[in-house]
Amino acid sequence: MENFKELLINCTYLIASFLFIFGIKRMSSPATAKNGNLVSGIGMLLAILVTLLDRHILSYELIILGLVIGSAIGAVLAYKVEMTAMPQMVGLLNGFGGGASALVGMAEYYNTSLHGFPDDGGKFLVSVGLSLLIGAVTFTGSLIAFGKLQGLVTGKVVKLPGQNPIVVLLILSILGLVGFGMADPGNLIYFELVVFLSLVLGVLLVMPIGGADMPVAISLLNSYSGLAGAATGFVIDNNMLIIAGALVGASGIILTNIMCKAMNRSIMNVLLGGWANTAESGSGDTDKKDLVVKSVDTEEAAMLFSGASKVVIVPGYGMAVSQAQHAVKDLMNVLEKNGTEVRFAIHPVAGRMPGHMNILLAESNVPYDKLFALEEINDDFKNADISLVIGANDVVNPAARNNPQSTIYGMPILNVDYSKTVIVVKRSMNAGYAGIENELFYMDNTLMYFGDAKDAVTKLVNELKSMNS
Amino acid sequence: MEGSSLLMLIYVFVLATFVGVELINKVPPTLHTPLMSGSNAISGITIIGSLIAAGLGEITASSIMGFVAVVFAMINVVGGYLVTDRMLRMFKKK
Repeated sequence: MENFKELLINCTYLIASFLFIFGIKRMSSPATAKNGNLVSGIGMLLAILVTLLDRHILSYELIILGLVIGSAIGAVLAYKVEMTAMPQMVGLLNGFGGGASALVGMAEYYNTSLHGFPDDGGKFLVSVGLSLLIGAVTFTGSLIAFGKLQGLVTGKVVKLPGQNPIVVLLILSILGLVGFGMADPGNLIYFELVVFLSLVLGVLLVMPIGGADMPVAISLLNSYSGLAGAATGFVIDNNMLIIAGALVGASGIILTNIMCKAMNRSIMNVLLGGWANTAESGSGDTDKKDLVVKSVDTEEAAMLFSGASKVVIVPGYGMAVSQAQHAVKDLMNVLEKNGTEVRFAIHPVAGRMPGHMNILLAESNVPYDKLFALEEINDDFKNADISLVIGANDVVNPAARNNPQSTIYGMPILNVDYSKTVIVVKRSMNAGYAGIENELFYMDNTLMYFGDAKDAVTKLVNELKSMNS
Repeated sequence: MEGSSLLMLIYVFVLATFVGVELINKVPPTLHTPLMSGSNAISGITIIGSLIAAGLGEITASSIMGFVAVVFAMINVVGGYLVTDRMLRMFKKK
């Protein structure tokens, strides 16, 4: 009977691993993605149910209580969260995943210490050390990232004096403590210190990351949460955990890489709070003072739009902040009614997490086949009558192409300046995240349309409607 | 699976990472947010370990930690899958 149960459990884990892989495979197209998520969820459900048969489980009270509380909190979070707050949500979920892995590592360690360590204690203890380190770093790091995105912690770059040596020292101490813990397995204090120092390390690693660099931080923490799960798989000798953890780890690393490339920066530069330090240095802005900024009012902007046949809309974080996605969708409708072709150009780092703009526009019912990635649409800006930039700044700054002195030089940008007319919706002339002037605003074919994104676009829509009627 | 399987576990980890890289590279940018929240939910698989720790029978430091881990992992799993589903339902083609 016991043998049969064990076989059933292991076979189900195999099926669940397959379902996770298959589920992610179905994420390769928006048409199949919903089904893929369901498939992966079924894998998870099977894995949880069959684990309840495990012979090590002797009582169910705490399990049931935990399942009920966790599910309730998770469901409420999932249904209440605003689409604009999705980066915080993902940040928080990363943290819970990492925290759970660290707790399992510690629970296994305490429990094993009561019954004596196995003969190959080295492998067990190294795995415990890794799951504690990665899990705890993911936990506090994600809480700080959540705080930064939610505005509870400053979005600025925060560094201790001597930050980098302190971080290196911390990591070495943690590794050293794992070594001591292995040499003296009966003494629990070493691994308890590992947890404590790792929690501190998580805070120190995320504090220097600036607000607009959060897409990188969130992606990286996502990867960590997977690796923490894989480490826990090594602790409890479970292939399914290792497979699932490795998949998530790979996913996070790939996204991190895409984000860094889209900013033409190295991962180290982002993690060490790179931009904020160099932002003010030499971009040769002095002659900008003489340049003129042309602005338009609603009526003039509406006139231009009514004469345009091809429009490209470029959304940025400003659209999310002012919740302008529904107004933007209305604008698309009214323009299309006029026979104008409307497309959206989305920079990989627009917003605060990968794909942030896409879910906002999906929320407001913009069909996903109107959303184009940078490389898909960049050669087409020259054919656009109007490029409408809504709350984006650094990602459309031509300095990235033609000013080698600029801090953002070399970063791939959306070439909106090649279109016949550029209209920029922006609250003021303030600089973007990189802290540099945007020469786009001073160009001959650029018109500034000042105002909050939602207000400005709504006014534009109303004006266009009244012109049509 | 007994202790000697460390090398096997590493094999599995390395191969799964390769599979992950191949699959994730095919996910279009428009789905990157749901990909993150969905893969996030998968990392809640650590629930397996927490269930066993929480079910040890007596109330010890381990079972209390196991209980908290069940809560955390379940928030991760349920929150992750549901919010991903909510997002993916919004993606429509014209």
